[in-house]
Amino acid sequence: MERQPVYLDYSATTPVDPRVAEKMIPYLTQLFGNPASRSHAYGWDAEKAVDTAREQVAALVNCDPKELVWTSGATESNNLAIKGAANFYGPAKGKHMITVKTEHKAVLDTVRELERQGFSATYLSPMENGLVNLDELKAAIRPDTVLVSVMLVNNEIGVIQDVVAIGNLCREKGIIFHVDAAQATGKVDIDLAKLPVDLMSFSAHKTYGPKGIGALYVSRKPRVRLEAQMHGGGHERGFRSGTLPVHQIVGMGEAFRIAKEEMAEENARIRALRDRLWAGLSGIEEAYLNGDLEQRVPHNLNVSFNFVEGESLMMAVKDLAVSSGSACTSASLEPSYVLKAIGREDELAHSSIRFSVGRYTTEQDIDFAINLIKSKVGILRDLSPLWDMFKAGIDLSTVSWVHGTESHREAETAAAH
Amino acid sequence: MAYSDKVLDHYENPRNVGSFDQEDQDVGTGMVGAPACGDVMKLQIKVSDDGVIEDAKFKTYGCGSAIASSSLVTEMLKGKTLDQALDIKNTHIAEELALPPVKIHCSVLAEDAIRAAITDYRSKNETETAGYDACKPAA
Repeated sequence: MERQPVYLDYSATTPVDPRVAEKMIPYLTQLFGNPASRSHAYGWDAEKAVDTAREQVAALVNCDPKELVWTSGATESNNLAIKGAANFYGPAKGKHMITVKTEHKAVLDTVRELERQGFSATYLSPMENGLVNLDELKAAIRPDTVLVSVMLVNNEIGVIQDVVAIGNLCREKGIIFHVDAAQATGKVDIDLAKLPVDLMSFSAHKTYGPKGIGALYVSRKPRVRLEAQMHGGGHERGFRSGTLPVHQIVGMGEAFRIAKEEMAEENARIRALRDRLWAGLSGIEEAYLNGDLEQRVPHNLNVSFNFVEGESLMMAVKDLAVSSGSACTSASLEPSYVLKAIGREDELAHSSIRFSVGRYTTEQDIDFAINLIKSKVGILRDLSPLWDMFKAGIDLSTVSWVHGTESHREAETAAAH
Repeated sequence: MAYSDKVLDHYENPRNVGSFDQEDQDVGTGMVGAPACGDVMKLQIKVSDDGVIEDAKFKTYGCGSAIASSSLVTEMLKGKTLDQALDIKNTHIAEELALPPVKIHCSVLAEDAIRAAITDYRSKNETETAGYDACKPAA
């Protein structure tokens, strides 16, 4: 069997911690009850497990367990938060929303869908370091603005938004504030008792829990209301119907318990690894860091290697599991929309790689990655006409490029005439 | 994305990487694509006096399929006359490499590179021939 590549894609997903998997298994076989069954011990045991998990998740983000609604993951949480709040408050308050161009597609596409239903939206461009410009946000707020959605940690470049300042601004104006925190749990401290946030989305599988489970925080003080998006048996106080997947909920609870207990120590270790990686990669000529290095989670590094195309670099480093752009968009040929939004020109956006370090990353993994990237970037640059031009002192922005396909089409059209 | 063995082979062991002197009379250079689109191909041909492509070299910035397409093209070109070379179509390249639909544009770009290189060679030599002829009566 071929050796498995070194995994440096923890922002795409994480393995389930074995301690988490162990806790989950009994809830598939012996303790399989439906927590909605009130008439027997199977149901009571399942309900107890769900309550414990809810407390564990609440403890990591310091909220009341009653403020959490189980969902199938952050995508559903984002949908429920944005559509639920827009539909509930829209008719009275207004039909304008504000979000940021670098949000995850689960937010952007949800807002787009609401635009199709008659809402209007402003998509803010972040500053070059990836952060939201508060003055621009202030200027975008209208009397009919009903909701603002800004992610806590960006999935591609790992920058941490100032949700306190954004939230305070929203509170002043009576606007519902949603935060997608899928990439944040276990990476940054979240204290919902203090944060001016109304709705916050969580996912288990980015924090060593199972896929297919997440939660939405719905503030009780001040009380935030939502229109349900999933109708049925009235589970989760009517916010989200559907039989609770107890084993996954138990997994999310245990994963978040471990995160709370170990995050301080783990983040210090991960930061050292990430810094070691950047120390190695920044020595490569024409390598650029994307996003702010300080206002950033410890496990993320996003680097553009100029004059090398990202997909071919990924192919060259197939012994590393990394992403070019985000995992959701890497099947398309478009350069990363996040990097374009922070003002990276197309060349650099095309040549980016996201490294994300995690719980099981070792120093050896990092050193292996540095050496592999160094050697492959060198090989691909030897192959790159752009590198030759750069070395010859040609400013690529002054070259007038012939786009092959177009010239070809023109030639065909000419031939047809 | 799953690549065919042929793409992987050309990508991992690219044939005929390099450059000829662009100024040489027997060299035709085609550079197509744009960095903003994620691929740029530079294809060069060296043409003998009797109009046969003796050698070809490439440099490509782009995805694995773009690199493989240009590498394959340099192999296909050798030994062909310029007219035969113009018969190479992107569909031949795409079939040979079993390119997935999203990568067909790489083969189109490779075909464009062939045309651009031949056009460059011809314009260079036609002008030169014309100049030579123009001098002839005076000699």
